[in-house]
Amino acid sequence: MEILEKIFNISIWASTLRIATPILLASLGGVMSERSGVINIGLEGMMLMGAFGAAAGSYFYGPWIGMLIGIAIGGLTGLIHAFMSVTVKANQIISATAINIFAVGFPNIMVPIIWPGYHAITPVVPVIKDIRLPLIADLPVIGLIIGNQNPIVYIALILVPIINYFLFRTPLGLRIRSVGENPKAADTLGINVVKMRYIAVIASGFLAGLGGAFLSIGYQSQFSSAMTQGRGFIGLAAMIFGRWRPVGAFISCLLFGFADAFQAAAQSAGMPIPPELLLATPYVLTLIALVGLIGKRAVGPAANGKPYEKG
Amino acid sequence: MKMEKSNLQQIIFKNKGAFSFIKAFIAIILALILGAIILLLMGNNPIEAYSALVQGAFGSKRCFAETLLSTTPLMFGGLAFALAYRCGLFNIGVEGQIAMGGMAAAFLGYSLTGLPPIIHLPIVLIGAALMGAVWGIGPGFLKARFGVHEVISTIMLNYIAFKITGYMVSVKGPMKSLVDEMPASPRILSSAKIIRIWKGTRLHWGILIAIILAVVVYYILFKTRLGYKIRAVGKNSFAAETVGINVPRHFVIAMMLSGLLGGLAGGVEICGVHYRLLAAFSPGYGFDSIAVALLGMLHPFGIIFSAFLFGILRSGAILMQAMAGVSKDMVQVISAIIIFFMGMSEPLGKYFTERFMRNKDGNIRKDI
Amino acid sequence: MEPIIKMENIVKRFPLVCANDHVNFEVKKGEIHCLLGENGAGKTTLMNILYGLYGCDEGKIFIRGEEVYFKGPSDAIKKGIGMVHQHFMLIPVFTITENLILGAEPVKGPSLDIKKAEEEITALSQKYQLNIDPQAYVMDISVGMQQRAEILKLLYRGADIMIFDEPTAILTPQKVKELYKIMNFLKENGHTIIFITHKLKEVMDISDRVTVLRDGKVVDTVETSTTNPSKLARMMVGREVLFRVEKPKKKIGKAVLEMENVFAKNQRGLPALQELNLKVSEGEIVGIAGIDGNGQKELTEILTGLRKVDNGKIVINGKDLTNRETREFFTVGRIAYIPEDRLLRGLILDFPLYENFILGLQDNKPFAKGVFLDFIKAKEFSQELVHKFDIRGSNIESLANTLSGGNQQKIVVARELQRDPKLIIASQPTRGLDVGATEFVHQQIIKQSNEGKAILLISLELSEIMNLSDRIIVIYEGKFRGEFNAQSASEEEIGLMMAGGGVS
Repeated sequence: MEILEKIFNISIWASTLRIATPILLASLGGVMSERSGVINIGLEGMMLMGAFGAAAGSYFYGPWIGMLIGIAIGGLTGLIHAFMSVTVKANQIISATAINIFAVGFPNIMVPIIWPGYHAITPVVPVIKDIRLPLIADLPVIGLIIGNQNPIVYIALILVPIINYFLFRTPLGLRIRSVGENPKAADTLGINVVKMRYIAVIASGFLAGLGGAFLSIGYQSQFSSAMTQGRGFIGLAAMIFGRWRPVGAFISCLLFGFADAFQAAAQSAGMPIPPELLLATPYVLTLIALVGLIGKRAVGPAANGKPYEKG
Repeated sequence: MKMEKSNLQQIIFKNKGAFSFIKAFIAIILALILGAIILLLMGNNPIEAYSALVQGAFGSKRCFAETLLSTTPLMFGGLAFALAYRCGLFNIGVEGQIAMGGMAAAFLGYSLTGLPPIIHLPIVLIGAALMGAVWGIGPGFLKARFGVHEVISTIMLNYIAFKITGYMVSVKGPMKSLVDEMPASPRILSSAKIIRIWKGTRLHWGILIAIILAVVVYYILFKTRLGYKIRAVGKNSFAAETVGINVPRHFVIAMMLSGLLGGLAGGVEICGVHYRLLAAFSPGYGFDSIAVALLGMLHPFGIIFSAFLFGILRSGAILMQAMAGVSKDMVQVISAIIIFFMGMSEPLGKYFTERFMRNKDGNIRKDI
Repeated sequence: MEPIIKMENIVKRFPLVCANDHVNFEVKKGEIHCLLGENGAGKTTLMNILYGLYGCDEGKIFIRGEEVYFKGPSDAIKKGIGMVHQHFMLIPVFTITENLILGAEPVKGPSLDIKKAEEEITALSQKYQLNIDPQAYVMDISVGMQQRAEILKLLYRGADIMIFDEPTAILTPQKVKELYKIMNFLKENGHTIIFITHKLKEVMDISDRVTVLRDGKVVDTVETSTTNPSKLARMMVGREVLFRVEKPKKKIGKAVLEMENVFAKNQRGLPALQELNLKVSEGEIVGIAGIDGNGQKELTEILTGLRKVDNGKIVINGKDLTNRETREFFTVGRIAYIPEDRLLRGLILDFPLYENFILGLQDNKPFAKGVFLDFIKAKEFSQELVHKFDIRGSNIESLANTLSGGNQQKIVVARELQRDPKLIIASQPTRGLDVGATEFVHQQIIKQSNEGKAILLISLELSEIMNLSDRIIVIYEGKFRGEFNAQSASEEEIGLMMAGGGVS
């Protein structure tokens, strides 16, 4: 019983937010991409490239520039996926798999060049430090959860309503969604299907890149090529679970974040389950989520995954 | 007014095999060129790097044996991915199936005592295959019954597999050897080992098993009713379902067979090379399998060659790192580039054939 | 007077075919001009070029006297051209308003101004008497309202030249009359209308002038008042067309298909089929007439094991096959199924012909040899069928996607008929086929019927149903209403029932 008490103190909720953030960013990226009709299994790779870019950028120019570089590299990787999926019309899963494999190998060959003597893991780099929100941190319960977090966590939280507004209340968002549901119809009204999809996929790259930046210069303070640990894929599951809506994805990510926070707290509280098995919790939960909620309603945008052929 | 298929189209069609080979060949060359450019940008000498690579792969008896040694699990893995792909499924979980298969093999290898090799080894390998089949059938079933996308489910099972096998040989793990410090299981009994066939090297006859399996998979896919149905489901599951082929059942069968091959890869690695379960004994063979399968045009005979190519890359990379200072991960990069090019090859091929077929003013050429 | 549209010497080529071969086409302002031709004649292609969806390989286009180069539909829309496509270009999960404003969205700051849009749309719909509910989701509205929404979409963008591509395909005869009223109203308001069709009656009913296309070339442009259906048919096809198929007297045998009190739901869980009772006997052709979307899809699905029934019994060939697997329908029920979408469900385009000919037959003798497939027998079989059914264009090793639509359908028909079935279910068997291929399929169906097979024909073409069937049953909102004897039935009666009217 006291183990449970040790686990369920207030800090677990703060951890939840922190852990959920990279998953959330990947998930929002998935929403953007798939709403335009492009499946993006490569978010994991984009996140990893963003993490690497942010670490390298931070090492040379400081953490904030590092974050921007991480975002940019994520976007660049997104551009590659957009090119392969939309212009070349290659199989979107193959393109994404190539990106994921590339994202493991490429940083690994770059690490010894930037940091001679190091392989696979970089030394510690400057990080974006957590900040304290003046008024909010003083609030009773909420303050402890939300008052003292990394700026990127706050950015991610704000992005949820922003992306929601963008997709459902602006003309550009309407057009992007139309292209994901019925590109032929959109085409007949003069909407540039290619342009819409490129925008959406590159945006998903930016988001995943930001998630990666958070990992290497916010959540931790160095880069390692094994650091994403499947978060990009969990983000996709959260997207499906959240019905391709930003708010739904957010709630799902909180769930996954909680599961991970729980298992970490359980470990340190001395729960008698072997740590390695506890670490498998997020993945098992993802599987359960995918099964549990799949039914008639879990259908994504109608044109998802199909390259658009004119005529 | 319909036109006859042009002569060029007929030529291309009749020599499908040759053209596949050309596509693969071009992908390799382009990947190597792009790799060379990356090396140059990194300040390395591509010629030095590549010659170290070749030397590392073929330079001596031992080197060549290591090349063949790397080829073996890649062949199994490539066949695994290709088989699932032929049914329209993406088995990204080969890596996890290898791990679980290896775990089963090690366990059966050290705990079943008193059996002659002729019984022990087959049991161990069958156990590994079955374990892999279980790991593959899960996603297959989830897809068939619930429509869960197999990419995510197989990837999740990868992570779960890594955690399970990691746990097994961790400090307090149930399979941890009491003799050694490192995270490994006890050694398997000699009755479970795959015998070496080349004196002075580590090469074992697992490679023969792999080649035989390639032939078996070929027969299954192209000569049996099951293979026909698997391919039909893969190319057009709607038409297959309409004529009475049970699509969900074939998803399950394909994933099961695919996982079986992956598990066998793990088993062969344990019984032929490591003789015990190590924490992460596969250096990414499962992920390379994807490139191997695509490069081999998803055909068992093509996969024999592409697996060999990747075996060269893998074993050559060790020397390339030692001599030319190029990280081993260059293999991953080249692997990814190859996957990109193979992914592009079909749509681009169609596009260029189209362009080639028209004159400058857009008429369809009649002369070819 | 200068024509409002002038298309000069238009050439458009596709990989295997020249869709528009030096076409000259002119439209006068304020007229209703029909573009008539068979499937594949090039009408839709020509209009897609006019609308900017395709570029042409050669030729010039003049709108109101000035030469234009359309890089895409936006350019055409700017010039006042709008197109209502054959298959609706609407997004089911969006509202009507969202669909209508797409690409021309009114904004307030960075946001969509939905209120303003709704006001504008409501005003337009009242002006043109096109009644719609701006806030309704497209997936929830009727086909009629969808069409009105499509028309409003054009008017919202200020189109005065309006192209309609086969707009009556999904309408009952009554609704077609309503559409004519709308078109005439538009004409009175100064709009110019181009109407693509392959139905002679429509040309005679509504158009001022008609241009006939055949095989990508213009045959002639005539004033409608100076021509008649036979002349038009001749121009369309190039030879005398038999409007009726000869059918000898047949012997009707015992019942092969018996449906009793069948109820089924559709994809979305709503009732799709209710209280269906049907009997089809040996030697009989029963035609199911109806407007698309009234349960035909679900009907074929329950008869082929692709959908479960909630209630009722299906007995085929004397065996109860209610809710059995597809495979059993073929093996025990001895059915043959010609699906309506041959590209999606009938063939595997990436397989060679010889692998398509044995699709579904792979587990039967003589092709099944233990676990193996005897490809030699398969190839022999294919060769036989290619010869017997005169399938042209390729050899049996070529992939199915290299064949024309007509030849592709022949493969499906040949394969299915070779099963020597007791019951043939033919769903839209001549969709998208040219006259030659259509005649062929019809002949095969009649032949099979004469040999004592039971045939269930489901088609959206009333003329096809009336031509081939012995009995005609109308399906409306998932129920069978009314049965007609094909000899004595009139198109008006059947059409009325298809729309929900009339007494059963």
